[in-house]
Amino acid sequence: MSIRLKASDYRRIVEHARSGLPNETCGLLAGRREGDVKHVEKVYPLDNPDACPEHFSIPPGAQLEAIRDMRALGLSPLGNFHSHPSTPARPSDEDINLAYDASASYCILSLAGKEPALKCFRIERASRATAEEPVAIITY
Amino acid sequence: MTLTVAGTPKEYPDGINLTRLIELEKVETPMYVTVALNDAFVESGGFEAAVLKDGDTVEFLYFMGGGR
Repeated sequence: MSIRLKASDYRRIVEHARSGLPNETCGLLAGRREGDVKHVEKVYPLDNPDACPEHFSIPPGAQLEAIRDMRALGLSPLGNFHSHPSTPARPSDEDINLAYDASASYCILSLAGKEPALKCFRIERASRATAEEPVAIITY
Repeated sequence: MTLTVAGTPKEYPDGINLTRLIELEKVETPMYVTVALNDAFVESGGFEAAVLKDGDTVEFLYFMGGGR
């Protein structure tokens, strides 16, 4: 699978991550699947109740509110994103341990370098296998 | 009966409960799934007793989290 993300949505994810520093930030991605491509149509920046530089969580209650909006718009949940304020954009052991949905995209925005770096993955929790999903940032 | 499951209306046998729906939908890692039935969360211990009726809406959610 690959992911197409509007530049404006990418900027929203980056701004959310920067505004939440030093803590990790998080959110949901919604859109539609076409063949092997996930088209992100809307991002949902959410609060990180952990309020921590090293952890994030998105409880089901926060997800349900966003999913109601997705359904009303005819969109599907595609995955989630979170930031790594000071580490690379790769799934940590904890990210893998808590990846319960093998169909979801798990996107990580790293702020560790000069420029933000976004990478997305599918994660098979049982086998601990990760597969990077290429991200195309689209300017309309 | 028609249920809307994960946003998609589909036909299901009458009188099934959430446990059976989870089986029919082949829900991944069912021990970790959280179920919202008509926008209200159902405790996992209540899946057997939650008999579904025509028009119900069901969402399957997973805890999301992680860290560096």
